[in-house]
Amino acid sequence: MSVLAADPAATVAVAPRRRRRGEGGVGRYAVRRTLSAGATLVFVVVFNFFLFRVLPGDPIALYTRGRNVDRERLAELRRALNRPLTEQFWSYIQNPFSQAIDSTRFSRPVWEVIGDRVWPTLLLLGVSTALAAGIGIWLGIRSAWERGGRFDRISTGVTLTLYAMPEFWLGMLLLIVLSTGVGVFPGIFPSGGVSSPGEDTSSISGVLDIAWHLTLPALTLAYLAEYSLVMRSSLVDEMSQDYLLTARVKGLMDRLVRRRHAVPNAMLPTISLIFLNIGFVVSGAITVETVFSWPGLGQLSYEAIRGPDVALLQAIFLLFSLAVVVANLLADLLVAAMDPRVRQ
Amino acid sequence: MNSRNGSPEIVPSGSSGGLSQRTLVRVRRKETRRRFLSAFLAQRSGVAGLAVLGLFAVLALLAPLLFDSSQLDVTRATGGGLEAPSGEFWLGTDENGRPVLALVVWGARVSLVVGLAATLISMVIGTLVGIGSAHFRGWFGGLLERITDWFLVIPFLPLAIVLATVLGQSLLTIIAVIGLTSWPGTARLVRAQTLAVEARPYLERAKVLGGGDWHQMSRHVLPNVMPLVLANTTLTVAIAILSETTLSFLGLGDPFRISWGTMLDNAFSNGAISSGAWWYLLSPGLCVVAVVLAFTLVGRALEVVLDPRRTSL
Repeated sequence: MSVLAADPAATVAVAPRRRRRGEGGVGRYAVRRTLSAGATLVFVVVFNFFLFRVLPGDPIALYTRGRNVDRERLAELRRALNRPLTEQFWSYIQNPFSQAIDSTRFSRPVWEVIGDRVWPTLLLLGVSTALAAGIGIWLGIRSAWERGGRFDRISTGVTLTLYAMPEFWLGMLLLIVLSTGVGVFPGIFPSGGVSSPGEDTSSISGVLDIAWHLTLPALTLAYLAEYSLVMRSSLVDEMSQDYLLTARVKGLMDRLVRRRHAVPNAMLPTISLIFLNIGFVVSGAITVETVFSWPGLGQLSYEAIRGPDVALLQAIFLLFSLAVVVANLLADLLVAAMDPRVRQ
Repeated sequence: MNSRNGSPEIVPSGSSGGLSQRTLVRVRRKETRRRFLSAFLAQRSGVAGLAVLGLFAVLALLAPLLFDSSQLDVTRATGGGLEAPSGEFWLGTDENGRPVLALVVWGARVSLVVGLAATLISMVIGTLVGIGSAHFRGWFGGLLERITDWFLVIPFLPLAIVLATVLGQSLLTIIAVIGLTSWPGTARLVRAQTLAVEARPYLERAKVLGGGDWHQMSRHVLPNVMPLVLANTTLTVAIAILSETTLSFLGLGDPFRISWGTMLDNAFSNGAISSGAWWYLLSPGLCVVAVVLAFTLVGRALEVVLDPRRTSL
């Protein structure tokens, strides 16, 4: 979590000690990383199984709290939960998403409930990550290049403040100012949802309508602070390297030295951070989707917490964990493909 | 800070001309402290952060004197629901007619206590696991390293939510949940530092002279790792306070205590957004930003002072 404290380069370079000359390029590294990610995956799946069984409390009391459940259904639930642990584990391993018990809130199988909610979340996460990376990297490059200047001071101050903000609070402020309207600000943005009711989402005006609804949540979830800070510090490190002096001695313009030499080398930590941050962004999506009534997995988790709908919560937790493991693997592979030093 | 390299058990005292070992160590420590202090004071943003933290600490401590706890009682609230700021209620009122100013000041207590206590848990676990995984080279160290890596990939908030949901709502739960989920970053940092320390010659010397695992870790590694842990602590407090705010906003906080997070939760659930009650949202959020930013600035300043390589950041 403490991204500011950890050295961004260290996150990337989890490298094995020895490499034979000649062989052992991207391929071998990729196999090794994939195997290790597979082990992590197994851990996550097993952890998910036991977490919800080791913790105290009667699951049936949780499932049925505040609702009328007939006696037969209760006996059926009790039977499902009283099966031997090994048997339960076996059926869980075969398909971790098929739960013995339906979602209590929606009275439908858990995976069906989740399936409806995946796309809005992917849309929101994709757009906000692209925004955050684009703006953050640009800010970072500019502040590093004009280090100590006015732009750098203002940009670092703003990014640190953004970093200190609970994202849902920023979202609520944006909503109250730009959707409800306070004082001179007109309420021009919609207060929530994916699209206006009755709008055909396949038409051009429908797509624009979705974009209009997406603007505020995507801006809120754009974690550009970290990208900017990491990009800045890695570019500052790069700027003291000798090869930049060489490039200047060759007579290259400042702009070209930056674009062709310094920035490509400084990009690596930021690129891997984009993937490593998925867990963080997913966490942010829970509150931001709730504030903006965005019908995705984040809002679904909020509903599952308020239930509490334990079966649903378990499945969402597993899905989020798997997404993070896969994203971490992608980050490793991508960086290894771009930087031979990492593979050593 | 690195003056505890020689420990009294092994080094015979009085070996350095005139001064006894003990006095020498004391003088050296005093010198280190003085240098550390002046280096920190040179970091203006760090000093500013420290001042803000001092202010909030005083407010939190004096809360019962400034605002009588009866002002927090819903049944004895004097104002109307969601009143805008006025001469009587400087920061407006909440949905029950309680003054927001009193709530914010009392909320500082819970937010700060949760932040500090959770950080303490996280630091202890992170330091133990970090040093252990670097010191023991065999299967035990490997296992600790693996566990750290695994906990690093589990998304923090969902895990915290799951734990908080099943453990029930109380102040202790929320402290434990944040502490138990935020240690892996520290563990990895400490591990890297421990590996660097263990490669130094004086550790080999300690080993040769018969120092056991415990002696090596507690007398040699730990003192050298502590400064880094200290800098990391301030950054972790910032994250812990943010986590408390988020978890409380999700309704997982202690329902009987007021924190900045529960205030935001109440504001959100009681329609502060649609009724335009900006004062109810603004003050608790600004407090979170101020405190978190202050901890971050202090942490960054400490990092620069303790680790000259990081001056670039």
